[in-house]
Order: sequence, then structure tokens, then C-alpha cells
Amino acid sequence: MGDLRAFDEIWGQGGPDNPREPLAMLADWIAETPREELARRLEAAENTFRQLGITFAVYGDRDAAERIIPFDIVPRVFLADEWARLSEGLIQRVEAINAFLDDIYGDRRILADGVLPPDIVFRNPQFRHEVAGIRPPHGIWAHICGIDLVRTGPDDFFVLEDNARTPSGVSYMLENREAMIRLCPELFRNFRVAAVDSYPDRLHETMRSVAPPGAGSRPVCVVLTPGHFNSAYYEHSFLADSMGIELVEPADLVVDDDIVWMQTIAGRVKVDVIYRRIDDDFLDPVVFRPDSLLGVPGIMSAYRAGNVTLINAPGNGIADDKAIYSYMPEIVRYYSGGEAKLPNVETYRCREPQALKYVLDRLPELVVKLVDGSGGYGMLVGPTASSEEIERFRAALIAEPHRYIAQPTLALSTVPTLTEKGLAPRHVDFRPFVLTGRDGVQVVPGGLTRVALKEGSLVVNSSQGGGTKDSFVLLPEARQMQKMGGMFQQQELGS
Amino acid sequence: MLMLSRTAASLYWLGRYVERADFIARLVEATVRLDALSATPAGEAAWESALRVTYTDEAFAASGARADQTNVARFLTIDTGHPGSIVQCLDMARNNARAVRTALTREAWTAINRAWLLFNSRMRPGNAMATLNLVEAVKAETRGFEGAILRMMRNEAVWFIRLGSAVERADNTARLIDVKYHLLLPEGAPVGGIVDRDQWTTILQTVSAVTAYRWLYSEGLEPRLVIDLLLTRPELPRSLAACVEETVEMLGLLGKRTGLQGGADRMARARLARMHKTRTPEVIVGGLHEWLSAFIAENLALDRAIAQQFRFI
Amino acid sequence: MRLIVEHRTRYRFSEPQTRLIQCLRMTPDDTDDQTVIGWSIDVDCDARLRESRDGLGNRQAMLYADGPIDGIEISVRGEVLTGDHGGVVRGTHEPLPPVFYLRETERTVAGAALSGFMVEALAGGADAAAIDAVTRAIHGRFKLASHVEELRDAAATFAAEAATGRELAQMLVAGLRAAEIPARYVSGYRQREGRACAPHGWVEAFAGAEGWIAVDPSAGGRIDERYVRVAIGLDTASVTPVAGSRLGPGEEMLDVALIVEQARGQ
Repeated sequence: MGDLRAFDEIWGQGGPDNPREPLAMLADWIAETPREELARRLEAAENTFRQLGITFAVYGDRDAAERIIPFDIVPRVFLADEWARLSEGLIQRVEAINAFLDDIYGDRRILADGVLPPDIVFRNPQFRHEVAGIRPPHGIWAHICGIDLVRTGPDDFFVLEDNARTPSGVSYMLENREAMIRLCPELFRNFRVAAVDSYPDRLHETMRSVAPPGAGSRPVCVVLTPGHFNSAYYEHSFLADSMGIELVEPADLVVDDDIVWMQTIAGRVKVDVIYRRIDDDFLDPVVFRPDSLLGVPGIMSAYRAGNVTLINAPGNGIADDKAIYSYMPEIVRYYSGGEAKLPNVETYRCREPQALKYVLDRLPELVVKLVDGSGGYGMLVGPTASSEEIERFRAALIAEPHRYIAQPTLALSTVPTLTEKGLAPRHVDFRPFVLTGRDGVQVVPGGLTRVALKEGSLVVNSSQGGGTKDSFVLLPEARQMQKMGGMFQQQELGS
Repeated sequence: MLMLSRTAASLYWLGRYVERADFIARLVEATVRLDALSATPAGEAAWESALRVTYTDEAFAASGARADQTNVARFLTIDTGHPGSIVQCLDMARNNARAVRTALTREAWTAINRAWLLFNSRMRPGNAMATLNLVEAVKAETRGFEGAILRMMRNEAVWFIRLGSAVERADNTARLIDVKYHLLLPEGAPVGGIVDRDQWTTILQTVSAVTAYRWLYSEGLEPRLVIDLLLTRPELPRSLAACVEETVEMLGLLGKRTGLQGGADRMARARLARMHKTRTPEVIVGGLHEWLSAFIAENLALDRAIAQQFRFI
Repeated sequence: MRLIVEHRTRYRFSEPQTRLIQCLRMTPDDTDDQTVIGWSIDVDCDARLRESRDGLGNRQAMLYADGPIDGIEISVRGEVLTGDHGGVVRGTHEPLPPVFYLRETERTVAGAALSGFMVEALAGGADAAAIDAVTRAIHGRFKLASHVEELRDAAATFAAEAATGRELAQMLVAGLRAAEIPARYVSGYRQREGRACAPHGWVEAFAGAEGWIAVDPSAGGRIDERYVRVAIGLDTASVTPVAGSRLGPGEEMLDVALIVEQARGQ
């Protein structure tokens, strides 16, 4: 795997001694802070996370039922102009996702205009006929989007995946930042880093702005969690807590007469907006899976009647499905009228015979993914796979080509990371969070950087040994500050 | 915003389980001291009574082990096979706390989590010293939790936790007196006869009342006075009188918040009125065991009434 | 034809339920073939009913009842004026295009045997004539059962010798989809002189230029004026007349009584 070719976001292509010019100061910090000191701070951060209970459950791993996601002390940095370009692309993409959802469950102009083959929508289980004909307040479906990005060069960002259902990870963005401010205050003195701590307020404002028309001036908003045994429970409670709203479980909600109520110590209270962290399938046993014990019976009926807003809207899977993903450039062009500012990773749809042939010929070079898989499972990374694995995928592809897509292996960018052998480049990806409310789309200046801690590995999923980093977005004045004298001078003065 | 019924239930049970864990820790500590450190080892009888106080005698008997210090201390601290051990109480407390993370401060949550983590790496309590160290650590964390609760906003979250603690503490103290009194004063033995100082000190230690006793009574250690202290003196936080008072106080605060009164309020106030008229000598003459049994039954009924009033289920 | 429908559904619970929420798909809609003259749903306990239309265009009613509930009886009574247009379906509410009805569900996985049978019976056709032919072929191949303990899926039905009308309809839906012909399951009522009544099911298939046509495999041909169309779905599961959720322990017992008859004396 071409690790040498990978672009390092701090060190550039030139290695530790020749960092990218705008980030020279950070490279110095990395070089000059003793390893033991970095390790000590890292340990302090992880202890805090453990004490706070910021844990996640790994499927099929009972002993590690409560593990923290490894954290890395070296931040990942976006320059102000890089971020400005990224934001534009993200806003354009999320606007298109919302327009697409509103269209596909409504008039379906995009199909009438022949942009997509209709069967890819209608035969897709992610198209939920249960919500067809419903129009959520202000036509907004994907209130919270997490767009997974990868980078291959200074100006080369690609969208790897859209998450328009219930994207998680925002609590890491906020907790990682808290830890960095506490443990590395000198970085914040010397870099003007955009704050992320307004996220809960922005989210709450977004929720209020999409309340149903009958909700009154102070709509009751809640976060709905499947329960405290859910792997992302910490995040659910963290968000409810920092927004100052109730965290409810299905048993707390009752639907009566198409209205959602929550059960309190003094009787029922009407609920207007629900940020639900329960998948569509389990949301309402009357409409979706009848065997769901996690759901709220009747909630879809209240939703259809327009008495409650669900965030994100049920049915959004049709916008972030891997089969739809390959059409995203066309979808963005159709709704925005311009080219997508953030390109897709080139994608071969194995359902198309020509593409399948191409993929089968080049399996060792490609990444193959299940259309309906997630979390890094059901995935082949050609360059690092054994020949048995490759042959297993070859057979699977021939048997059910429509279930797979393939992409070239990208030389994902790296960021210096503290490893057992000292600082070394490790591959990263990035999930920024985009909020859409009545008054428009906004990108929070930060996000979740996931890092593949294993040398050479491209798999960043936390369930497969990935970790996280803080993601700094520099404010435009950052360069000036540096010219005026950063940490370097301060250190000299102090010593 | 009014509190969710489920949240209220979790907070109430959080209060109960932390209190129970703390009580078992004190009981084990006092029994270890009695058994291992006093001049006359109390032996298996002391450990058997510890099991009865915590309602775990049947579960322990089922294990077939001998009721010696090593076995019972292990059973009451780290055994995960029955619900009456400290580790299980802390696990339940933590589960309830996790379910209501948003209603707790970080400080309160971390105290619970740290107490729970104490048991994560520990497989055996080992000898008496190790057991004492463990229960000392548990006490430190539960004290930390109580402190955190005191520093929380004065709202219904705190009131439900304290309501749970008060109901639990009432049961624990009543049970402690009932079991120990009969063990120490077998039928027919005169009240006020020769007492085993160490044994009675154990009771006081379990409810942190050694100093309080000295403050309130100038006489030496006398069973009737220990009973009086534990039953009727509201100055002692673990006395039945104090628990009964606190229950009424917490329900009153909650009632103001919700604007509603219910069966639990009426039951708790009636109990307080009776407690004010209770005189220890009359209780002893009338039969302490019968009186305590009735108290424990009424406490259980109150627990049910609370669950119903706040729609826990 | 003027048809009177009386459909009583009675649930009894072994232990009282705290709450009951049910979705009733029991209300027919007007089409070119049927005009609903009167229709009512009555419930024998204190309950709230809320009407709406689902994503497929069906009329539905949500029923909310508070406990304690030992049992509930839902009585549907109505009159429908029907006509016969040779099974051609017109005037229906169609929010989704035919291609949607190619979607496979858990109960409509055709399997190799059924798919092979379809290829043969359709003989390359996808028009109304081919659909009629395959409906006749299925009618001829199976004995009609009046009752099964548990409704079987399409593949299991094909492997059996006898099947109920609803099983045959679901199987035909699966077979048509396997042959890339959009098809959907219809639940409703059929009037038959002197015969016991049960909720019935048949098939609507999309025959290209001819549009949707309705065929009943248990009768071997197109539907006529004796049919009352109530709801459409992807399979039998998605058109259950009563889909529900109850809060409470114990077992439930279900009891259905149905009368469909021609109005007399006019």
C-alpha cells in the first residue's frame, strides 16, 4: 500500500522536517513536546472519558461491552480557506439531499426528468412507502447530516458516504475539544481555533424551528433513545443534557388520538419535536417491524397527522443508500443547478455488467462494499486482502452483483499520531455535522476525525480498532497571529 | 418541565441502591472489627446475623458455604451471584444512574461510576485488612455521592434520590435492630443485664452512631438507650425517626413542585404523627420485634404508594 | 349490485391490557367499480378513532383505547354499490407508480419452483391475456382449502397441494413479480350465495397498456361485481385488517364473524 505517497496534513509530503508552511508551528509543537508528556496527557484524557462513561459497545464482543474509543492527542487541522471551500460543498450537498427527499416522497420530478432509473428508488427497501405523501414542516427531512469525507491532497476532498439517518459521533467532537482545551491549553493560545461548543444550542434552535404548526411558541423537544443499553447512549444523554431537554425512552411516550405525550410525575405532557435515535425499522411496531420492542406504537400516525416532527425524518435512508450514492453528482447538479463542489469517490455499480467486469478484473486494487452494509463489515480492501478473501468476494460478486459497489483504493491523507513507536502518520477520515432548520443550512466548524491506529490500515471504524482526534478549524486570522510570533517566541521568552 | 416518571423511578432506586451498598459496607466493616479485632471473637453467629440483616441468609445457605468471615465477607461484597452484595447494589445503582444521566451532575455520576469501578479489577477481598480497605473505599465513594447530591440544584432529582435513601435507610435500620437485638438478648434475658460492649458497639458503628450516643446519653452503653437512639432520636440521620421525617419532607417538596398530593403523602404523614408519640419503653414492653415488623411492613407499603403516586410503572 | 357487509372482529385478552393501539384497514374507497354508500366502524369500549390515508393510498383508521381492557369488539357495517368492468381497475388512488409493486417482501420470495412455473404459464407474455392464463393455471393446479393454521409464504404455498384463497393470491403476486410484472395483494370481501364468508384476498397485476387488472386465483378469473375492494399491499402482512399493539401481559383470542350479502327488495 502506498504509504509513501499519502499526503500528510501536517507534515505534507516532505516528512517531519519539512512541514506544510501554514502548519509549521504545530509541527514544532509536535516535535518539541516530549513524548512522555504527550503520552501522559493522552492517558489523562482517556481516564476522563472512562470516568464520564463515554463508552461504546462492540457488536459480538461481550467482554468489551463498555470500551472507550481510543483518543489521539495530536489534533487534525483545517486552514480557514480550506474550511470555507469545504463548507460550501457541504451546504450544497445537504441542500440537495433535502431537496431530493422532499421530491422523491412527493412529486418525484427527478424521476419524471429521467435523472435516475426509477427502479433504483422504488425497488430499494430504503424507499419507505409508509412515509410517501407526508411533508414534514418546511420540507426538511435531513435536519442533521454527517457527511463522511476523505482527503488525498491539499485541495482534494471526496465524499465517501452521506449519513442522513441518525449520524452519531457529535459527542466526540465536543468531548475531544473539552479534553484538548484542558490538556493542551498552549495550542489554543497560539491558534485561533473556531469554537464547537455552540453545537447543542444550534441543534436545539434547529429542532424548535421545525416544530409542527400547532406547537405554540415554546415547543416541547425531546431526545428519544432506545435505552441506556444502546451503544450510543452516552451521546444521547449528552445531547439531551447539553440542550437542557428531556431524554426519553419509548416507554415514556404514549400516543393517543394521534398526539404524542410523555408520562411525567404529574401526568401527561404533549411532545412536539422528537430527535429520535431509533432506526426507522424499530420506530413504530404498528407500521414498521411488528416485533419491535423499542418502538412507540402510533408515533407514525401522529407524524402523518402533522402533530409531531421527527428528526431525522423516517425514510431518509433512500438519500444515503450506497446505491443512490453513485448518483449523487447527478442529484446535486439537478437540484442546485451547478456541478457538485465536493466530488464523490469514483464508484462502480456492479449491477451494471460492464462495471462488474471491470471490478472483477481489478479486485486486488479496489475496495468493494455491500450496498446495504455498514460499520466496515462486508467490505473488501483489495490491496491488503489475502488471496482467499479476494476469491470469496469474487464468488459473492458473481452471485449477487447488484448488492455491491466498488471504488478505487484512495491514498487517504494521514495525520501524525502518537503510537507505541513514537509519532507516525496514520490514515484519517472526517465527519462534519451539518444542521438544516427553517432558516437554512449551517456547518459546525469542526467534526469527528477518525484515525486508523494500525499502521497502513485504512479502516477507521471504531468497531474495528479506529480512534478519534480533535479537529481544529482555524479562524481566518490564524496566519497573522503566527507571523506576529507564536509559541516559539513565547517559549524563548519564557526560558 | 415536569420530570419523566421513569426518570423519577430511576432516581428513587438510585438513592435506594447507593444507601443499601453503603449500609452493607458498614455492616461488613463492623462485623469484621467485631470478629477479627475485638478481644472475644464473635464467630459465625455474628456473620450469620449479618446475612439475616441483609435478607441474604437463604441465598447464602443455598451456596452451601460455611458462614465464616472469608465466605460471608466475600458473599456480601463481591459476589455477583445474588442481588444482596455491594457489587450488585452498585451495579443496579449505576444502571439507574446511567438511565438518568441527564438528571445528574457529572460529579454525582462519576462518584457512582468510580464506586462501581472499584469492583472491576477485584476478584477476592482476601483477608480482613483487604476487606476493610475495600469497604472503606466504598464508603468514601458513597460519601462522595452524598456530597455531590448536596451540591446539586435543589430540584426534584435530588428529592427523589433522597426519598429513595430515606425509605431504604428506614428499612435497613429497622432490620438491623430487629436481628441484632434478638441475637444479643435471647428471649427471657433481662433488658439492661450484662451486655457485651463490643457487640453493641457494632450496632452503633453500623449506623455511624458511636459519637452521637456519647453526645446524647451520659449513661454507659445500655441496650434500651441504643434502641431509643435508633428509634426515636431525629438528631441521628440513620434513626427511624429521622428517616420518617425526611420521607415526609421530600414528599412535601415534590408535592409543591407537581401541585399534587396522593396516597404516599397521607401515609407518610400519618407515620410521622405516630412516630412523634412513640416512647421506647412502651415499645420494648409491647414487643420490639412486633413493632419493628409492623414498621418494616408499613415502609414497604409506603414504597408501593410512592411508585403508584408518581406513576413509576 | 348492492352489497351489505357486516364484519365483526372480537379480541379477548387473558389479562386486562393497559392500553391498545390498532391500525384498522377496514374502510373501502370509491373506485369506478364501487361506490361506498355508507360505512361505519363501531367499537364496544371507550376509544378514539382517527382516520387517514397511508402511503399506498389506503384509507385507515387508528384506534386508541385506554385500559383496563378485557376485550374489544370492532364492528364494521356498510353498504357498497358495485359494478362489473371486467376486472379492469380504474378510479383508484395511486400515489405510487407500478414499478414500486415489483418489490420483494419476506412473504413474497418466489423461489425457483414458482419462478419456473410462471415462465411456463406466462409463455413469454406480460399482458392481460398472459396474466389471465397464469391465473387459470394456478386455479387448476391447487385444491382450495378453507382454513390454515398459519398463513404460509409464497414458496411454501407453491409446494403444497391445497391452499386458501389468500395464500394463492399472495403466491400469484410473488410469481408475477418474479416475472417482472408489477403485482399487489388486495384484501376485501366477496359475496357468495349460501356460503360461509371469510375475509378474501385477490391480486391486481399491471398489464402494461391495459393498466391494472384484478384477478382472483381461487376463482380462476377476473373479479366481478361481487367483490368489495378494501386495501392493497405488498403481501398479506401489509394489509391485515387489524394491525395492533397492546400494552399488557397475557394471551389474546381472536374471533371473526363476517356476513356479505346482496341487499334485498329494491
